[in-house]
Amino acid sequence: MSRGTSFSMTPSNETCEAMLTPYRVLDLTDEKGFYCGQLLGSLGADVIKIERPDGDYSRSIAPYYHDQPTLELSLHWLAYNSNKRGVTLNLESQDGKALFQRLVKKADVIVESSPLGYMDHLGLGCTDLERINPALVFTSITPFGQKGPYSDFKGPDLVCWAMGGLLAQTVDPDRPPVRISYINFAYQIASMDAAWSTAMALYWRATSGKGQHIDISIQESIVKTTFMEHEVWEVTGRQRERGSSFYKVPNSSVVLHTVWPVKDGYLYLMLRGGDLGARENPRIVQWMDEEGLADDFIKNVNWAELDWRNCTQAEVDRIHGYFARFFQSKTKAEITQGALERDIILQPICSPKDIVEHPQLEARGYWQEVEYPSPISQMTHPGRFFYPSASACRIWRRAPLVGEHNQEIYQGELGITTEEMVSLEEAGVI
Amino acid sequence: MSERPLDGVKVVTFEHALAGPMTTEILGSYGAEVVRVETGTRLDWHRQAGPFIGNVSLPNRSACYLFVNSSKRAITLNLRLPKGIEIARRIVKWADVVVENFAGGVMAKMGLGYDDLCKVKPDIIMLSAGIYGQTGPFAHVKGHGGPLTALTGFPYITGFPGQEPQFPGFALTDFVAPRANVLAIVAALDYRRRTGKGQYLDASQFESAIHMLTPMVLEYEANGREPVGIGNRCGYAAPHGVYRCAGENRWCVIAVFTDDEWNALCRVMGDMEWAKQSRFQTPASRLDNEDELDGLVEQWTSTKQAEVIMKLLQEAGVPAGVVQTGADLDHDPQLTYRGFYRKLDHPDSIGSFTYSGMPARMSRTNYRITRAPMLGEDNEYVYTKILEMSDEEFVELMSGGLFE
Repeated sequence: MSRGTSFSMTPSNETCEAMLTPYRVLDLTDEKGFYCGQLLGSLGADVIKIERPDGDYSRSIAPYYHDQPTLELSLHWLAYNSNKRGVTLNLESQDGKALFQRLVKKADVIVESSPLGYMDHLGLGCTDLERINPALVFTSITPFGQKGPYSDFKGPDLVCWAMGGLLAQTVDPDRPPVRISYINFAYQIASMDAAWSTAMALYWRATSGKGQHIDISIQESIVKTTFMEHEVWEVTGRQRERGSSFYKVPNSSVVLHTVWPVKDGYLYLMLRGGDLGARENPRIVQWMDEEGLADDFIKNVNWAELDWRNCTQAEVDRIHGYFARFFQSKTKAEITQGALERDIILQPICSPKDIVEHPQLEARGYWQEVEYPSPISQMTHPGRFFYPSASACRIWRRAPLVGEHNQEIYQGELGITTEEMVSLEEAGVI
Repeated sequence: MSERPLDGVKVVTFEHALAGPMTTEILGSYGAEVVRVETGTRLDWHRQAGPFIGNVSLPNRSACYLFVNSSKRAITLNLRLPKGIEIARRIVKWADVVVENFAGGVMAKMGLGYDDLCKVKPDIIMLSAGIYGQTGPFAHVKGHGGPLTALTGFPYITGFPGQEPQFPGFALTDFVAPRANVLAIVAALDYRRRTGKGQYLDASQFESAIHMLTPMVLEYEANGREPVGIGNRCGYAAPHGVYRCAGENRWCVIAVFTDDEWNALCRVMGDMEWAKQSRFQTPASRLDNEDELDGLVEQWTSTKQAEVIMKLLQEAGVPAGVVQTGADLDHDPQLTYRGFYRKLDHPDSIGSFTYSGMPARMSRTNYRITRAPMLGEDNEYVYTKILEMSDEEFVELMSGGLFE
């Protein structure tokens, strides 16, 4: 593949200072919080991922590169741990704690997602570490937050979806509510909240000199990702209408399609009446007409006046039928191009292949080729989450191997001798 | 009152719909002074969308607007008048940060592009919260979060095997992008504090969503596979699903990752005979027999209250959670304990509306939520106090229709 822009993988230096270059982050997270460190690292923060001596257990989350289930080849792990250096450390041993405390003295941020009370139990909680480094920002990500009746509850991704109200909204009549597969969406959203709030705490620290504890509740992050679930209930006394591949029109029994088959997949469209419908729909009908698939009935629909609540399902289905027949005659690529030329808001449901080949992302240099040691060699990653005019948001380095930077950090920065390194390794500390 | 991390930061925002307003709502809740520029001549769709408090269709009563517009001021200004653009530039001169989420190129066409604003305020930070970003063949394409969510692949990986793609939640990218936007802005503020330099932040909802979906991209890159929805399953845990409970449309999640959790689930279910069969005794065998297992678990859940199941299981150490609806969220003991929701009063006999809190609780500089502004509510304050217009000028401009 040659679409990516190739960057040299050297870390930032003073001549290209990035937005968060001065800050060092110690990343103790599992999969609940990986993405936080990656985001901060994209903006130049020096993120050190600290793993157990035998490697983070989250390295065993599938899928794997070429389906080889080894610690270094989890694609999930590689995706969310770029922009980090990696060391191993047993925080449950006395020597491990001592080494960690030395790292904390030089750090600006801790991000952790361990079960409630675990860090305190180790003697490495926020109040313990504040004594070593009063300017430390200590960010905790837990399913339900640090205090409250559910704070001890276990909260894997699906539980957080459910308890935050997002799961209830994606449902069809024949099946249970369903989450997004594959990426632990609730964890990634909470990790984003951890990242921006950590940056805010660093910004405030510059004037106050003080660190603080940030308490991220994944449940609350999901409530803040859910469209008006509580609000509609409060204002109307009724539940917000549910949808998925259809939409039930409020205050009526009419159901609209939202997911339409095309030749090689699906597209998304909610056919609306009113101003929005009057802008969009005639352009689609005109396109239909160009291809001989429109007749007087569909050409004469008054979209501005159309209110689905006043229609029967048969009337809805009749109108929908024209669109369904038209869309089935098109491929996703034809829809994309035709909508672009006619200024219509109409999008296919992209598959991963469609995304990787999307002309907009290619034109903007979105992709970044990242080099890996054997057996991977190279993979193309999404490079950034926004595009800054000064400085950069990018992948500065690939995810680390287990203990890859032990020597660089323990010997090079903390001044530990080779003999000490050997005995720490033998004792299972690193 | 305690300090907040963005105290002293001034933001002016030209925004509509969801992604822009939510970005600045977060900034405002953490201390930034946010001025939202609106116009009554072309109302934000969210002011018209409802549902409306008291079922009265007025722009200040639309819940759709209120729920993403807390913690900011709002003024009206008619940007179709040349004088309106001049006033907008005066507000930018006051600000540290400009946010906008109109279609690509719209701000520049009005004379409010980054280059124009740099002349007014050389170290301004400007974020365009775009759909596709400001460059490329799609830069000028209009869009909103619904179709864009389709474009990012979220529906492609949502749904049960064999089912057409399902649309998760609402316009999901509208809720992802504000997080990326806020991080970009705060990092740019820190950069400016150190270097004195402002900058232009070209944000694309399309790009921030796919950044989060990196594992899906790598799976295609490395293995040539396009993952699709696997329902609520997990691949390394079983049972892992959403189970029907007693009552209409009541559901509970149960997610078992370890043998300890499995044994605890069996105890809570009453040590039933079927659970002792060898095909359910290891994580691998439970995964192999997941369809049957799901059916058996649901036989147990379907006669019990979802809340009861959650409490019994969580107390036994098994991950479980009620599929909460709006009413459940309102009564949720955890959210209540944490004071997450704030019921706030509104003027003009509108009454109260409940705002959700922010997802990050800070020990020294926590957020504060103030109610969303009424249309043009802060005109006098912003024009006479911030821009220091004389009363005569204010009245003259007002009667000229500038503040419509």
